[in-house]
Amino acid sequence: MLASTSLADANKPMTDKPESLVQIRDLHFKRGVRAIFDGVDIDIQRGRITAIMGPSGTGKTTLLRLIGGQLRPDQGSILVNGQSVPDLGRGDLFALRKSIGMLFQHGALLTDMNVYDNVAFPLREHTQLDERLIHDLVLMKLEAVGLRGARDLMPSELSGGMARRVALARAIALDPTMVMYDEPFTGQDPISLGVLVRLIRRLNDALGLTSIIVSHDVDETAAISDYVYVLAGGHVVAQGSPQELRQSESGWAQQFLRGLPDGPVPFHYPAADFAQDLLTPAGATARRG
Amino acid sequence: MLHTRTVEIWVGVFVAAGLAALFMLAMQVSNLSSLSEDEGYLVTARFENINGLKVRAAVNMAGVRIGRVSAIDFDPETFEAVVNIRIDSRYDKIPVDSIAGVYTAGLLGEKYVGVKPGVEYDNLKNGDRLKGGQSAIVLEDLIGQFLFSKAADGGSQ
Amino acid sequence: MVEWLAQLGRTGLRFFERLGRAHLLLLHILAGVHTVVPRFGLAIQQLYSVGVLSLIIIVVSGLFVGMVLGLQGYNTLVDFGAEESLGVVVALSLVRELGPVVTALLFAGRAGSALTAEIGLMKATEQLSAMEMMAVDPLRRVLAPRFLAGFLSMPLLAAIFSAVGVLGGFFVGVGLLGVDEGSYWSQMQDKVDLYDDIYNGVVKSVVFGFVATWIAVFEGYDAVPTAEGVSRATTRTVVHTALAVLGLDFVLTALMFGEQ
Repeated sequence: MLASTSLADANKPMTDKPESLVQIRDLHFKRGVRAIFDGVDIDIQRGRITAIMGPSGTGKTTLLRLIGGQLRPDQGSILVNGQSVPDLGRGDLFALRKSIGMLFQHGALLTDMNVYDNVAFPLREHTQLDERLIHDLVLMKLEAVGLRGARDLMPSELSGGMARRVALARAIALDPTMVMYDEPFTGQDPISLGVLVRLIRRLNDALGLTSIIVSHDVDETAAISDYVYVLAGGHVVAQGSPQELRQSESGWAQQFLRGLPDGPVPFHYPAADFAQDLLTPAGATARRG
Repeated sequence: MLHTRTVEIWVGVFVAAGLAALFMLAMQVSNLSSLSEDEGYLVTARFENINGLKVRAAVNMAGVRIGRVSAIDFDPETFEAVVNIRIDSRYDKIPVDSIAGVYTAGLLGEKYVGVKPGVEYDNLKNGDRLKGGQSAIVLEDLIGQFLFSKAADGGSQ
Repeated sequence: MVEWLAQLGRTGLRFFERLGRAHLLLLHILAGVHTVVPRFGLAIQQLYSVGVLSLIIIVVSGLFVGMVLGLQGYNTLVDFGAEESLGVVVALSLVRELGPVVTALLFAGRAGSALTAEIGLMKATEQLSAMEMMAVDPLRRVLAPRFLAGFLSMPLLAAIFSAVGVLGGFFVGVGLLGVDEGSYWSQMQDKVDLYDDIYNGVVKSVVFGFVATWIAVFEGYDAVPTAEGVSRATTRTVVHTALAVLGLDFVLTALMFGEQ
């Protein structure tokens, strides 16, 4: 299943401070009547790449929003670097967000400015740096993602993969301590995929970042992650390093990691008995399963 | 995104055009020029019936506007309409025995005050009272008079 | 029957919910408007898209409305022998009513819907979310400059509409139909008052500008972040602005021109 193991070095030496940068305890969150999180505990280790995986709709993006303070949990605690995110005041929350970079699913570049201005945006908004210094910083970030030559293009002229790389450059513009990736691999061609995968790992190690990847692309994500959480039905149903998970006996983990059509996540949407349904004349009120 | 310089120039043009339009409206379209005659002196005139004379109606002499009606009151003791008139300070040589009347301008029936000059040597000053002469023509009275005179003619035949 | 009542109740609740959200948004924007002043470049960019790009439609419409007023006014006045008063009719109609109201309606159609679509699209493509996560308040960075621009543009656009309309009436009345040029302007100058008419007209356009921009910005910000949601929000902007402007026009007219 994996191409090579050189990208994820499971035997990488631990960093000096192996405590969690992000600590989530007993998280409960409801949207309407649906419980998205029903008692979830997650630890994100410093300097590591942690993956959050699970079927679509389990609220993986919601988790990132909760960590970033865009949403408030109904119950439970979310600590980032020791600070409780839901309790932060406006000023502290904004300070926190400056130290977190986020890569949105389709890049979310500001469409009315070109690539250069997009990457310069956080620098111009939050620092008083001289334009010449900003120029150098922007070019460095773009160079890191390999798009320095594209600096004058408009977002509408970029391919999906290029847009995401520019968004990545923008996410690391302020040299954050943590970067969150929301479905970075979805819908990418093999080459862009390979580029992104390597970039995420390389940047994480080179810049000493802590990375959280939310994804359902098992192969790519498992290839570079140090630790994986599998969420389903509002709970953590499996966790561990990619190696551990592959050997795990959890039905969830197996179905998800192998892409099996039936298992704890059923194939059939709940419905009445098949034979009954066939015999019931069309138009008669059918009992909803 | 258009070059910032171009954008700024066009916005400047836009704002200038808007202000110019406002200016044009104020100068060309409104009565701004004639508003400057706020100073002037006040006189009053009393009438039996002003029948539709409004505040800010024109006050004319020989057909030329010399002032405006500034206020209209009712005297509950003499049952007369008291019309306050502000006359432009330029026209300070109006004889004290001039007569004011309420007339109708044009077919649309707008009422104005017309002043016929008198012959006295003294001139009107602030606070003086114009002699109220001709009251407004009331159409119903006119018709009544006409019918009455017609009937009288018919009777004497 | 009961179901119908329940539906009515639900609609009413949703209406008040939206109204509440709209007011909260307005408060947040007004609280942040002062941050636009040091970064006026943002507002200038918006003044361009909202004001300058609306100029053509305003000027053309103003011209045609003025010309029609000239024609229709003449046709009616000539029966009374009062065609020399054409200037008054054209000027008063424009300055008191048509200038502010028609400009507001055109604004809603062109600039308002564009604002809604733009903001709605930014919401749908997560640009607003991205800004939040970059510790930039989208209300101050995106919404406040647009609000300021719309609010400032409207009185200017209405003035241009009225001025061009008066000229249009002039071309038709004096140029084509033979009304005396002197009478056209002198009667107008005599009857149009700077305070009662022009000032009130400007006040109207300021109020309409406030309301129209508020609605446009709110609908965009509140839109469902899908293509269909944005499209429906744009429609709502135009419809709600039209209703609000016409309703407010009645109230303002009654207040301003009610008692003579």
